[in-house]
Amino acid sequence: MKRALAMGIAAALVVTGCGTSAPEGSGGNDGRGPITFATLKDGTGTVPKLVEAWNAKHPDQTVRIIDLPEGADGQRQQLIQQAQTKSDTYDVITIDLPWNAEFAARRWVTELPREQFDLDGFFAAPLKGSDYRGKLYSIPHFTGAGMLYYRTDLLGRAGVTPPKTWAEMKAACAKVLALPEAAGISCYAGQYDKYEGLTVNFSEAVGSAGGEVTDDSGKPKLDTPSAKAGLDFLATGFRDGTVPSDAITYKEEEGRRAFQQGKVLFHRNWAYIHPLMNATDGSSSVPGKFAVTVVPGASGPGVSTLGGNNLAVSAFSKKQATAREFIKYMTSLDTQRAHAKGSAYPMTRTAVYQDPELRAKYPYLPVLQEAISNARPRPTLVRYGDASSAIQEQVYAVLGGKTSAEQALSTLQRQLSEIAQGT
Amino acid sequence: MTAVRRLAPLLGIGVIILYCLAPFYWMVVSSFRRTSDIFDMSVLPSPWSLENYQAVFSGQNQFTRALLNSLVVAGVTTACTVLLGTLAGYALARLDFRFKNLVLALVIATSMFPGISLVVPLLKLFSEIGWIDSYQAMIVPSMSFALPLAVWNLTTFFRQLPVELEEAATVDGCTRGQAFRKVILPIALPGVFTTTIIVFVVAWNEFVIALSMVSKPEMQTATVRISQFAGFAGYDSPFGTQMAAGVIVTVPLVIAVLLFQRWIISGLTSGGVK
Amino acid sequence: MAALLLSPTLLVLGLVVGYPLLAAFRESLYRGGDALDADGFMVSGDRFVGLDNYTEALGSRFWTAFGNTSFFTFTTVAIEVVVGTAMALVMHKVIRGRGLVRASILVPWAIPTAVSGLLWRWIFQSDGVANEVLATDLLWTSDRWAAKIAVIIADTWKTAPFVGLLVLAGLQLIPNEVNEAARLDGAGAWQRLWRVTLPLVKPALLVAVLFRLLDALRMFDLPFVLVGPQKGSVETLSMLAWSEANQVRYGPAAAYSVILFLYVVVIAFVFVKMLGADLLGDKRKKGASA
Repeated sequence: MKRALAMGIAAALVVTGCGTSAPEGSGGNDGRGPITFATLKDGTGTVPKLVEAWNAKHPDQTVRIIDLPEGADGQRQQLIQQAQTKSDTYDVITIDLPWNAEFAARRWVTELPREQFDLDGFFAAPLKGSDYRGKLYSIPHFTGAGMLYYRTDLLGRAGVTPPKTWAEMKAACAKVLALPEAAGISCYAGQYDKYEGLTVNFSEAVGSAGGEVTDDSGKPKLDTPSAKAGLDFLATGFRDGTVPSDAITYKEEEGRRAFQQGKVLFHRNWAYIHPLMNATDGSSSVPGKFAVTVVPGASGPGVSTLGGNNLAVSAFSKKQATAREFIKYMTSLDTQRAHAKGSAYPMTRTAVYQDPELRAKYPYLPVLQEAISNARPRPTLVRYGDASSAIQEQVYAVLGGKTSAEQALSTLQRQLSEIAQGT
Repeated sequence: MTAVRRLAPLLGIGVIILYCLAPFYWMVVSSFRRTSDIFDMSVLPSPWSLENYQAVFSGQNQFTRALLNSLVVAGVTTACTVLLGTLAGYALARLDFRFKNLVLALVIATSMFPGISLVVPLLKLFSEIGWIDSYQAMIVPSMSFALPLAVWNLTTFFRQLPVELEEAATVDGCTRGQAFRKVILPIALPGVFTTTIIVFVVAWNEFVIALSMVSKPEMQTATVRISQFAGFAGYDSPFGTQMAAGVIVTVPLVIAVLLFQRWIISGLTSGGVK
Repeated sequence: MAALLLSPTLLVLGLVVGYPLLAAFRESLYRGGDALDADGFMVSGDRFVGLDNYTEALGSRFWTAFGNTSFFTFTTVAIEVVVGTAMALVMHKVIRGRGLVRASILVPWAIPTAVSGLLWRWIFQSDGVANEVLATDLLWTSDRWAAKIAVIIADTWKTAPFVGLLVLAGLQLIPNEVNEAARLDGAGAWQRLWRVTLPLVKPALLVAVLFRLLDALRMFDLPFVLVGPQKGSVETLSMLAWSEANQVRYGPAAAYSVILFLYVVVIAFVFVKMLGADLLGDKRKKGASA
């Protein structure tokens, strides 16, 4: 595996042309030289290896990794502070996909000339989300989409097939939970704590009901029957016990734990939990007993919400030419393939998902590819953070039984209109 | 009755120690579990594992270096703060001058502003004077967080010491400075060392400033390192590793307390009445 | 002389706190980054808005946070005073294994807040050890009253030792003879505690309480890590300032910080006026130790 990684890196370096293709730095901020790469720490150590390979080829344009704190809040705080002080400490930065519009509008990241990047072969949705007003500001690095995990053993015993709709899922639950060996199991859980994941789960429910939180121009569409159907799916789930009551405290990890301890039958989560739940060291009680499919919807397969990170060039960087080259290298097909072999992050180029070696290692790749291809990005708004807070506030209140779905949606429709217009 | 009287304090000690240590115990136990048993509820880890400790010190983390940085930052902060605090405390307790209450009020007023709102202005200031990625960018703010408490604590402490001691010393021919060093300071040791420990803990645990002012890995402190521990794939925070690191950064403080407590208990009760 | 001894302290405080504080006052009167130009870029530059940031700050979210801040402050400080004083008395009395007792009491305070926040989150999660030990099914980290209790438990656990340590230092100053004399006069243990010991440690205790008040009013990390941001049941004023700053609204964020600062000033002032004659008074009560 190490050798595969090394070969992948070598190939990637050849393809990107090692920084000779772009015009030489024209003074000012477009210079070359050693740069920094502010990113989330990679527990598998793959990113440092990819960076070392770059450094070996570019001794005068070396890259130094700066670890951002774990979690989106800490990451965002550091990036904002550096931008506020116009610091050139960070050259290449890692942003969450929904921040693209905001960072572009605030001129914290520079426009990336399309012709300098090989943009063919990316998933369409994340690439589109990297645009702001028709111009490109970041390149998708990782992506991701929610998938439905289900217990193959229990479904098989009850003789039901993986559900495509919410109704089928509930029917499947009714059959499976009647089995004696399924005593104490709950039907379904996603992530419903009051944090970004709630926004994701809400938009997924609305999307799966055929609606959308905002349209392409950023206008909210929450006064529609499909938005109501989506929120009702979550709210009734809590009310009638389809969703266990402690799911109101679930983030990704709590949900994974519930599923891998055999407490829920169906679970919505990202791809990263797949290898963890297949671990045979005793940490998971369901290795080999589950599979994935696309999330269910109101009247057919659902639409998941896009996750992921992008790479961008800080507007305060003095070596933007090198920074762009490095992004090109990190997002090239060969680097992505090498990256995928070292860690299970979902990459942003579709060809990675066709790799036979990777398919053998990560059997969920076809489902993931389908989910990402159909996934919808979160609202593209300059004030995305405010929009997400408003969504969390209202949806959490509905799930906690403190307000009705109609009330919450009409409040949200008004608030999101203001947020979309306010800037 | 006498048995009850003798046992009651022991019981009190037991309850208090249990209260203090039970959560810490859970931290230690969790730190010795394997990642795969991290959700176990058993009272002892089975099997015991050093996996988390190895992860803390694994090459990528440079945790030893981070501990060293913490030691430098907290050590220098403590030394400077206690020195400045002692001088200021003595002046406020013993010298006569105008605006004394105003000074005391100003000093404590600096502890009233929310710490998180200091970061951005300080970051701007330190960028301008070129302090980013330096020890002083962490030491000076840490000092300012600990100084108000140090000054106030030492002021009340000095004020409680009998003036007669000093007067006697001056009568014996000591200057004011000598009287302070030879008479007051030895008696004041419990207060000074209590302050030392408090300042050290505050500086050792400082996080927000250290995170923002320093981006070079080789300059970062242990608390910042802990915040960057990453799991296998982004969402899975490595709880066991974080707890192991927590144990590692707490233990030196416990040892320091064990060493210092000799001085905490001396002072007036033992030395002053001689 | 006094100026010489005090100036280093004032210099450091002025640089690190004084300057940002003034900067925040100024910032709170401005607003920026809330309009886009024709090309979709944020109009740069701040504009003077007078007290608008303050008047708009006082919404229902503010009052909830204000209520939480006050509630947490008064409950946690009250509990910490009682528990901390008890700890100090124990640390003072115990003879055998004194070092170990003291060290173990200080452990909670020595653990970095970020780590102890995680620890408590772990303990309080829905299938965590708290529910196991208490045989309950509470959702401690959801947005309900249980979250308040969780924060209070974790905060008092962490900071009672701080009170204990300061009170202990005060206890060391009481000459043994004082207690002996009281005992010879026939005073019982409780009487000695109430009439002799506590009055003598009052200055140390007041300093401890004062600083705990200041810290508790600015509480941030613990509810943030343990329960999470934007949860009405535990959101404090500091968290509100953080969340505005996180949306790059530095003007409103500064306004919240200044309001909090003024609130802390008022509380501290009232506290010192009511109880703190010993803290600021220049005249030492010579009779106290005689």
